[in-house]
Order: sequence, then structure tokens, then C-alpha cells
Amino acid sequence: MAHQAQSRLPAFDVRRALKSGALAALVAFGLFSLLIGLRTEQGPTGALILVPRPWELFWLVVAAFVGSFLRELVRGEQGAALARMVPAPVRNVVTQVAPYFGYALLAFAVAVPMIFYSNRYLLDLSIQILTYVMLGWGLNIVVGLAGLLDLGYVAFYAVGAYSYALLAQNFGLSFWICLPLAGILAAFWGVLLGFPVLRLRGDYLAIVTLAFGEIIRLVLINWQSFTGGPNGISGIARPSFFGLPFTAADDGFAATFGLEFSPNHRVVFLYYLILILALVTNAVAIRLRRLPIGRAWEALREDEIACRSLGINTTNTKLTAFAIGAMFGGFAGSFFATRQGFISPESFTFGESALVLAIVVLGGMGSQIGVAVAAAVMLGGFELFREFEQYRMLVFGFAMVSIMIWRPRGLVATRLPSVFLKERKLVSADMVSEGRG
Amino acid sequence: MATAPDTRTASAPARAPLLSVRGVKTYYGNIVALRGVDLDVHEGEIVTLIGANGAGKSTLMMTIFGDPRAREGTVLFEGRDITRMPTNEIAKLHIAQAPEGRRIFGRMTVLENLQLGASIADPAFFAADLERVLTLFPRLKERLHQRGGTLSGGEQQMLAIGRALLARPRLLLLDEPSLGLAPLLVRQIFAAIRELNEREKLTVFLVEQNAFHALKLAHRGYVMVNGEITLSGSSRELLNRPEVRAAYLEGGRH
Ligand SMILES: Nc1ncnc2c1ncn2[C@@H]1O[C@H](COP(=O)(O)OP(=O)(O)OP(=O)(O)O)[C@@H](O)[C@H]1O
Ligand SMILES: [Mg+2]
Repeated sequence: MAHQAQSRLPAFDVRRALKSGALAALVAFGLFSLLIGLRTEQGPTGALILVPRPWELFWLVVAAFVGSFLRELVRGEQGAALARMVPAPVRNVVTQVAPYFGYALLAFAVAVPMIFYSNRYLLDLSIQILTYVMLGWGLNIVVGLAGLLDLGYVAFYAVGAYSYALLAQNFGLSFWICLPLAGILAAFWGVLLGFPVLRLRGDYLAIVTLAFGEIIRLVLINWQSFTGGPNGISGIARPSFFGLPFTAADDGFAATFGLEFSPNHRVVFLYYLILILALVTNAVAIRLRRLPIGRAWEALREDEIACRSLGINTTNTKLTAFAIGAMFGGFAGSFFATRQGFISPESFTFGESALVLAIVVLGGMGSQIGVAVAAAVMLGGFELFREFEQYRMLVFGFAMVSIMIWRPRGLVATRLPSVFLKERKLVSADMVSEGRG
Repeated sequence: MATAPDTRTASAPARAPLLSVRGVKTYYGNIVALRGVDLDVHEGEIVTLIGANGAGKSTLMMTIFGDPRAREGTVLFEGRDITRMPTNEIAKLHIAQAPEGRRIFGRMTVLENLQLGASIADPAFFAADLERVLTLFPRLKERLHQRGGTLSGGEQQMLAIGRALLARPRLLLLDEPSLGLAPLLVRQIFAAIRELNEREKLTVFLVEQNAFHALKLAHRGYVMVNGEITLSGSSRELLNRPEVRAAYLEGGRH
């Protein structure tokens, strides 16, 4: 097979590609002729004058042409033929290794602090990535499994963070007591949000959850006396290693274990803490999926009426999805608070919800590994492009569009059945039509 | 139109019916869909409801299931008023349905679909029940790990019926199980229904367009026109009535 493919190069349909490129160029020209082609600047008299920018416009149109041309060229059969040109041994290795990818990823995650012990910057980034992996896994329960589009997930993250901060400051409770409390409070808010949206689906649900996220943020900003308003809360207690603080003092972690004090100890501890929290989220999500409640979530995503006529209480099913998703958001929030030591409403904008949702969607809704990879790629990508701050959103948008073109159901689009009679089999997403539902 | 004289007094059991619908009126908004329906299904019976498109057959079936709810009248199951009960509570009384449009969970496997059917049943019975359903529909057995949405129309119908059976129903509601199926498959499915009824005394309420097959299978039948029951009686009697022949049996016995 592979030899044949190599000898016979695919015939590219250049005419079709040219046509598609021309169309894209036309659309780009129409869109950008005013947006990019003209720029308003302050003239010498102080009045605004229009400055034409023909070259910028030209290059954008050319880029649109080339992009669309190439995409059309390697589409369908040609694309498949190109993929076949990858030598068979390589493909075999890929398919054989794929099932172990998760374990490899886990092993790598465990080893990160050892490999990069002295690289504070990388450790911080890894902690941030893991936080989003956890948020993604939490939201995946709501969006991926239960099919409830939640655009306000950040609200629960905020509830968790503020619960931890306020409990720790006002009552002096330790992290390990605050953590479950924050989770419970967030779950409570999840149920509270769940009630009014029980009858909503799809777009309507999305709008209401979006509003909910904003309401929480506005309350945090305006309830000065309780939340500190826009100034936020600072000096939040740092976590201790089972009572041993990470300080240079005699009763500190380093002294107790006879180590030389290093500020990295705390970072490594935080890293493992969030790794464990994320893994717990993952384990719970996987376990729940195999239980009746998880099956009910997935059935709810597919057909609510059929669910009800099978005797499934859709009200409870939805509320538990919201509550459990929110609870993990709350856990992640309290971790965020203890890590930063400072929180303010600015950390809980709609952008965060969108980012977490993007991670879930790009990862392939319902796929655990896909979400982890998507989180790493997105946040890692953001860091890579940090210097080009202005173009970050451009790259972000470009990545989104590319994935939606080539992998419309996310990076990992296979759904593993939750139950098997005898042998394991993958049910490929390619067997059904585009998953837009 | 006058209701036909009740001819089943001779054969009908003296006990109270398993399902009894009395004076049910159902509306979609202001549009009336059922204009006062009376209907009984006795234990161990197969009862069929036939009627033209838009007569209100599916509406009646869904009204029994509480969605939409009857605005007037009552639905009694084993003498218990279920008119105002939520759908999922009604299902817990072991009333199961294979609804119009089948409503398979498309992205879940056949096995998962069947498991969901058993949601309200005692898990202890699951393995044996599954085995029975798979013997009844061997096609499903070969496709246990295939996605529901990728099954053929007929296989989906088998899955919908199988899923309903796993709830261990006392009353099985089937909405047009023959829709879109090849004649051979229709015969297979109807044979399966008859077998369930004879062997396990399963009570079946069957909505059908395919009047000839339905009346051959059922013990009794009702004819619905425009949201009202216009005729009822034993299947044999209905098959011989000129109105029924003219409206539903012309064009041959498929
Ligand atoms: N959700 C709805 N909203 C408004 N009207 C409806 C709705 N569902 C059904 N109807 C109307 O109610 C009437 C009865 O519909 P129903 O589906 O019960 O017919 P049916 O007898 O099952 O027909 P068919 O044999 O074609 O399935 C029809 O006139 C239909 O247009
Ligand atoms: Mg119908």
C-alpha cells in the first residue's frame, strides 16, 4: 500500500484551489479594505485624516489567497494521499504508541519538577497549565458529558477563590479545611445557577450562564465591604506542608527535613498539589462516566425527551452536572488563591471562561487527554507569543480556525464507550456525521 | 360519527383495565389535538390505535406519558391517576415506550442505549434481560459496540423496542414500529411483539399506520379521526367494517 502511494503522487486539482483562493482573497479584500486599508491619524491641525495603507492590505489579501489555495489543494483525497505518504513503519509506531500516550504524559508531568527544578519560570508556567487542565476537566463534565453549554464557568472559579481567601482571612482556617468548603460553596452556586436554567438549552443556556459569570464578577467588584472591591484581597495564607510552612524559620519545611531553604520548595509543592487535584478531577470524571449518573449525563446530551421517558430525572441529572462541574472549578479557584496570595475580580473575566471553554472544545469534547493537550498547547502557545502581545489574539484565532477546519470535533475526537461486553473497541467519530449537536 | 357498539364484553376480562383513558383533551397552545378520548387497555392484551396522519395518535401516546399533559380528563394506570405525574415518574411505573422517531442516543453505543433503557429496572435482572433482547433481535448482538446513530433504520427500531423492553415494562407503548421498514422486517418485528405477548403476557399498546398488519396482530383496535375515537371493537370486526376497509385497507394488504 505505502509503496504504491509513494510511486503515484496525488493529482492536485489546481483549478479548484485557484478558484477557492480567489474567493478568499475577494472576501479578505472586502473585509479589510476599510479595516486595514485605511487608518485614521491625527493630522497636523489636530483634525483626523485618513492614511491609506495599500501594502498591508495587499499582503493580507495575498495571505488569504495562499492559505485558502493550499487548504483546498490538500483537501479530501489529496490530503489523505499525502498522509499515506508517511512511511508505514512510522504510522504503525504512532498507532501502537497512541494508547500509552496518556501514561507517558502522566510520567512526564510527575517528572517535570525534577527535570526543571531550577527553572522557576517553567515551573510557574506548568502550574498554570495544570490549573487550566483541571478547569478544563471540570468544565468537560458540564459541556462535554452533559452537553450543557456553560459560558460562565469562571464564576465558580471565582467563588472558590474568594471562599478560600475570605475563610482563611476571617477565620484563620487552613488550606486543607478551606479547600473542601470552597468546593462545597461553589457546588452550591452551581445548583443555584442550575435551577433557573433547567428549561434552557443551547444558545439560551449559553447566554444565561454568560450573564451569571458577569453578575458574580460585578458583585465582587461592588461589594466593597465584603470582597474588597476592585482592590481584591491580598495577603492570603500560603499553603503549608501539613503544618510546616515554607519559610526559612526553624520550624519551616526545609529545616525540619534538614534541607537548605529554597523558595523553590514551595513552588514544587504547589506543582504537585495542583497535579494531584487535577488527577483527582480526572479520576472522578472517568469514574462517574461509567456510573448510571454519567450515562444519564451523556443521554441528556443526546436526547432529553427520550431520557425522561426512560425514567431519568432530568432535573437532578442537570443539577448534579452543574454542581460537580462547579465543585472542581471551586477547588481550582482556591488553589489559585493560595498560589497567588492575591486575588481580585480582574482574574475572573469572561476571557477566562472563554479560554477554558476553548480548551474543552479544541481538546475534543468529552476527551480527557485531548483537554490536557489543548491546555498545554494553548497556554504554552500564549507564552511563546508573549513578546508579540499584539498578535496573540490573531494567533489564537488562527489556531482555532485551523482546528475547526481539520479536526472539527477537537483534537481527540474519539469517544470511548463507557461499557464493554467482551473486547474493547474504539468507536471512531468519523463514523458519524459532523458533531454539531 | 357514532361509536360502534362494544363487542368485546364477551371476551374482555372482568377486571379493571391496566390502562384507562377517560375524556382526555390535549392542546398544543390553543390548538386542540385530542377532543375527549376514551380508551382501555387490559392486562395481557395487544390493543392497536389506527388513524390517518395528524389524527392525534402520537399525541395520545405522549399524553399517557405526561408530555404534553392532558388539559381535561384522566389517565389511570392500575387504577392510579397518572394524569399529572411527571414523565420520569410515569416511566418508573414500568410503562415503557418506543417513541415516534425512535429517539436513539446517537453517539452512544447500542449497549449503552440498552443500559439506559434499564435505568428504572432492578440491575439484578439486567444480564438475563439483555440476553433475551439480543436473542429476540440478533442483529443488535452483532452491533453492540456500534454507535446507535450509525444503525440502519430498522436496526434503530429494534434498538428502540429493545431499550423499552429492558425497563421490564408492564405496558409497552409502540409508536409506528413499522415506519420505513421493509415488509420482511415489519413481519419480524410484529412476530416479536406477538411472541412477547404470548410468552410473557406483555401488554402492548400499538399505534400504527399499517392497519392491516396491526389489526391482524392486535386483539382489539380503535380508530382515531381528528382527535376523536370514531370506532372501536375486536380486530376481526374492525377488519370487516366497510369504513375501515375504505379508509385504511384500500390498496391491498401490504
Ligand atoms: N408540538 C406540537 N405543537 C403543535 N402542534 C402539534 C405538535 N405536535 C403535534 N401537533 C399537531 O397535533 C396533531 C396531531 O399530531 P400527532 O403527532 O398526534 O398525529 P399522529 O396521529 O401521530 O400522525 P402520524 O400518523 O403522522 O404520526 C397534528 O395536527 C399536529 O400538527
Ligand atoms: Mg404519529
